[in-house]
Amino acid sequence: MAERSFAREVEDLKLGAGQEFRGEGILAITKALLECGVSYVAGYQGAPISHLMDVLSDAQDILSDLGVHFESSASEATAAATLAASVMYPVRGAVTFKAPVGINVASDALANLTSGGVTGGALIIIGEDYGEGSSIMQERSHAFAMKSQLWLVDPRPNVASIVKAVHDSFELSEASNTPVMLEVRIRACHVHGRFATRDNVRPAFPLSRALDQPSRDTNRIVLPPASFLHEKEKIEQRWPAAVEFIHARGMNETFDGDIDDIGIIMQGGMYNGVITALREAGLADIWGETRVPLYVMNVTYPIVDREVIDFCRDKKAVLMVEEGQPEFIEQALHKILRNADIPAKLHGKDLFPMAGEYTAQVMGEAIGAFIRRWRPDALSDAARAPNLDRTEVDEKIRALATVVPPRPPGFCTGCPERPIFSAMKLVEKELGPHHVAADIGCHLFSILPPFNIGATTMGYGLGPASASAFNVPAGKRPISMMGDGGFWHNGLTSGVGNAVFNQHDGVIVVVDNYYSAATGGQDIPSSRADNRSRSTKHPIVEAVKGVGAKWVRQIDRTYDVSRMRDTLREALTTEEKGPKIIVASSECMLNKQRRVKPLVAAAAKRGERIVRERFGVDEDVCSGDHACIRLSGCPSLSVKPTSDPLKDNPVAVVDNSCVGCGHCGEVADAAVLCPSFYRADVVSNPTAFEARLDRLWQRMIGALQRWRAGRRIMFEQEAA
Amino acid sequence: MNVSVAPSSVGLSQARPITVAVLAMGGQGGGVLVDWIVALAERRGWFAQSTSVPGVAQRTGATIYYIEMIAPDAGKPDRHPVLSLMPAPGKVDIVIGAELMEAGRAILRGLVSPDRTLLIGSSHRSLAVIEKTAPGDGTADASQVYEAANVAANRFIAFDMAEIAEATGSVVSSVLFGALAGSNALPFATEDFEETIRAAGVGVDASLRAFTAGRERAVATLKQDPKIKPAAKPPLAKRFPRLEPIGHAGYDPLVARAWQLPPELHGIVAAGLQRVVDYQDVAYGGEYLDRLEAMPREATGLMQAFAKYLAVAMAYDDVIRVADLKTRAGRFDRVRREVRVGDSQVLAITEFFHPRIEEMAGLLPPFLGEKVERSERLARLIDRGRKLRTTSPLAFLMLYGVAGLRRFRRRTLRHAREMRHLDQWAQRVRKFASSDVALATAVCEARRLVGGYSDTHSRGESKFDKVMLASERLAGRPDAAEWVQRLIKVALKDADGTELDGALRTVETLFEDA
Repeated sequence: MAERSFAREVEDLKLGAGQEFRGEGILAITKALLECGVSYVAGYQGAPISHLMDVLSDAQDILSDLGVHFESSASEATAAATLAASVMYPVRGAVTFKAPVGINVASDALANLTSGGVTGGALIIIGEDYGEGSSIMQERSHAFAMKSQLWLVDPRPNVASIVKAVHDSFELSEASNTPVMLEVRIRACHVHGRFATRDNVRPAFPLSRALDQPSRDTNRIVLPPASFLHEKEKIEQRWPAAVEFIHARGMNETFDGDIDDIGIIMQGGMYNGVITALREAGLADIWGETRVPLYVMNVTYPIVDREVIDFCRDKKAVLMVEEGQPEFIEQALHKILRNADIPAKLHGKDLFPMAGEYTAQVMGEAIGAFIRRWRPDALSDAARAPNLDRTEVDEKIRALATVVPPRPPGFCTGCPERPIFSAMKLVEKELGPHHVAADIGCHLFSILPPFNIGATTMGYGLGPASASAFNVPAGKRPISMMGDGGFWHNGLTSGVGNAVFNQHDGVIVVVDNYYSAATGGQDIPSSRADNRSRSTKHPIVEAVKGVGAKWVRQIDRTYDVSRMRDTLREALTTEEKGPKIIVASSECMLNKQRRVKPLVAAAAKRGERIVRERFGVDEDVCSGDHACIRLSGCPSLSVKPTSDPLKDNPVAVVDNSCVGCGHCGEVADAAVLCPSFYRADVVSNPTAFEARLDRLWQRMIGALQRWRAGRRIMFEQEAA
Repeated sequence: MNVSVAPSSVGLSQARPITVAVLAMGGQGGGVLVDWIVALAERRGWFAQSTSVPGVAQRTGATIYYIEMIAPDAGKPDRHPVLSLMPAPGKVDIVIGAELMEAGRAILRGLVSPDRTLLIGSSHRSLAVIEKTAPGDGTADASQVYEAANVAANRFIAFDMAEIAEATGSVVSSVLFGALAGSNALPFATEDFEETIRAAGVGVDASLRAFTAGRERAVATLKQDPKIKPAAKPPLAKRFPRLEPIGHAGYDPLVARAWQLPPELHGIVAAGLQRVVDYQDVAYGGEYLDRLEAMPREATGLMQAFAKYLAVAMAYDDVIRVADLKTRAGRFDRVRREVRVGDSQVLAITEFFHPRIEEMAGLLPPFLGEKVERSERLARLIDRGRKLRTTSPLAFLMLYGVAGLRRFRRRTLRHAREMRHLDQWAQRVRKFASSDVALATAVCEARRLVGGYSDTHSRGESKFDKVMLASERLAGRPDAAEWVQRLIKVALKDADGTELDGALRTVETLFEDA
């Protein structure tokens, strides 16, 4: 079950011709796929297109009504390989994953796909995760398009343009027998907007026909000598066909303006930022009217040379707005303009920063500099000499930098991964620090405070693989981490299989939280949920043993910090050779709460006995040392000031968001911290016997308490 | 906005969108608020565009949402606006901080500008990890956010929305939506806001209650003179009991004795006296005053510090104390309040204990305790986690019994050790008091490093001992007190004492140069 349900929104996918869709970018893309008569859709979740997978998953009924096959792929490579269906048959297919990491994984399949070329339209929707909020290394997907010769579509970031790009891309793919990548940046994925819908189209060529009447063409298979021909065909036929189609269809857009001796060229995704910057300079308006001519590359690869030449011909200067590095497009423009003897001065990375996101501020400054340089007369006085932003220099505001704390992402309240790292911290205290190879997934948050664990992260599922070199005799063993998501993505082979084969002596911890949790709680093979369209409940332990691991431990309740610590210690110290594999399993709390809450509410409504657990701290016992927090970091475990004049430090407190996972109590026990923690079990609708017994006991306890209170001096404070 | 426009731009529409930035923490409902604002604008036929950079994995991290909205242009009915996907510093009309430091973050990022921005912030704090992990007090200073907001924002509306959300059974987003309505910054009627909440259809009643409460508070805030800037709530004050007789034959004479001390000390002495009497008995209170009276009373600051830390040292945390606190009636009532137990519900309280052999041995007379302490076999038996259900008779009786050991406390190994440690400290304070009152005071304050249980206690004590050694070394220097204070400060910064060791090395260099 995914983190967010789109059950209500997917109803919008049924909208027909002449109606209006309103919603998020990813939902609009799904609608567009259906309008294009797509036969199959596959993908691998990951921000920013996780929700696209969730939408498709929630829309399965609608998809199957239309005869569209959908699957969540094991990895991006699987997803990309799925497009092979469009090589021999005239079927349209789409796959999706995040970029550029997804393309890295998929690139083998993509290169083969592109070499042979496609018959039916093949679309790869990539969520470009670059800039603020990104959780991955900062790279451009553009290079992949260039090296494999597949086309890169980068539409203007509004819902209508993105939808149009989907339609155009399928046709472009078919016209040039080449797969097309449609790039949607992180903000555009989540952009809310509207567009006029068309009817959904059933695929004309059902996949079953391909199976019943298979066909093959050896010229499309990547094998010599065909592969040598592919390389020529790409340049001699497919490229020109693509350029011709892009031009004829008008996929790139030109907006005229009266200041026509200068112009701005941009990636489609940059358009809104450019217009906003021009508007602030008084050179454009909110409705898209512009005084400076614009050439918007909704297709950033291949470049249509003649359109560039036409746009630049009579201009004295042109600005290229291209986010990220290297400046592939700017370099290409220099060549195009030089070959065509166009004298226009080309600006780009001389005014823009070479690296990093083009934020509103960056955009405003660079475009402002460009206009000031070439047409200062077009600017208002205010735009020409803007007043300094005085708040920046105010000392009260500068002082804030030392006050506002950083707030990196962390484990949720009750997260079952937290105790794993608490245990690791405890083992660290006994055996000293170890080399920990981290991996992608929620468990990566262990790198940040309060745990500060983990040395490297080499890519999804590659935690154990990234400890490969550390298979040498030493005083300590390396520890490597991997989530269940990464495990099924590739870690089983790249990590565990590799370690078994190479007789690796390290410790591998597989964090199994029943979902691909970091990407939003999608099911994976080891999920323990019943999923009507997928086969789940395949234990990781069996898979690990299946590839030959011998020392395997399953921990079925990660909150048992002592057991977790003891198992880790054993793994690090045992005489046994070969990889030591610990599968630490407990359900992702975010998903568990979503699953359990409605059940509990329903049971309460029926008047059934319900136990609510939560933790608390005895304020007068707490010494304010905060050791519990240093081993936990749970959002619900916080500190509060105390009015006790004898206490200097704020005391620990558990707030009402506590889900009663028990971690703080277990840590206090395992680490021998302090006896301040208590667990409260609150029983609603207790049985009659239970209630009567409780009354009896509380009367007894009350009598004892009164007796002792009578023999002690009662001060006012305590009575309050 | 009065922007002077170059003559040639005539023909361009001067319309500009209303821009809203929302800063929230992942998973705290910022998305709901944004959806409401978009739905509200669309309800009135406006164009609205929202974006965010949540990244599915940004669990508890800071998240920024951004909205632009604009009414359609009657002259261009088929044109769609081109709206920005990210806020530009200095161009945001409304900034909403779902928590105080997030409002601060908006200011730091330049999103709040004095000429245009209405800043709406909930004044409650949700502490960041680094604020909570410091062994001392690591919480950020809220008043600085207020001071900056009062410079940076055009108007600033701030009140505790978490409190209202709690009281109305809703979430902060609903209160923020109410505050936005009450601020009148959007040209929509209150009914439109309310209809938007109803249309969303989730938790409608509670959301509307929270909305109304938030709106009313915002309206009240705006009625005030804009020159009156909102200020931070003062930090929680320490509550000193009164030094007065309570009609107890044993306690009242102690009060009479304490009255002889300078009046500036009465508050802290009352607190200390009550603590030690509550901890042990009236005679222990007498011992407290004995130790206090042995100090030179003219140095008030020193005496205040000594009175405080002497009480803390005498009322050290041991098994008896914990058992006593855990079995009191007042404690049971407090837990019922904290976890909100209704009358028809049954409460079970489970304690998490992990006694070590040291704690058990500490309860015995010294000659026996020292032997027991060294026994590995016993250690294995004792040293493990125990969960005790104090709401059931057996476990309660056990703890109740341990609490009853109080009368033997003075004869225990632990007590002997604590008193030895205490006396060494008190002697040192007295020694320094004659020559350097500031140093003596600093040595008093170093006692705050000691406290807690088990590992925490031994770690704290080792830090304390290091500082004491340094104080001996530093005595005689004019800056000795400053140095000791600096050492205390760094010792409180990190748990394992790395920073303290670094600072101690620096102290050593003072003498190398000499």
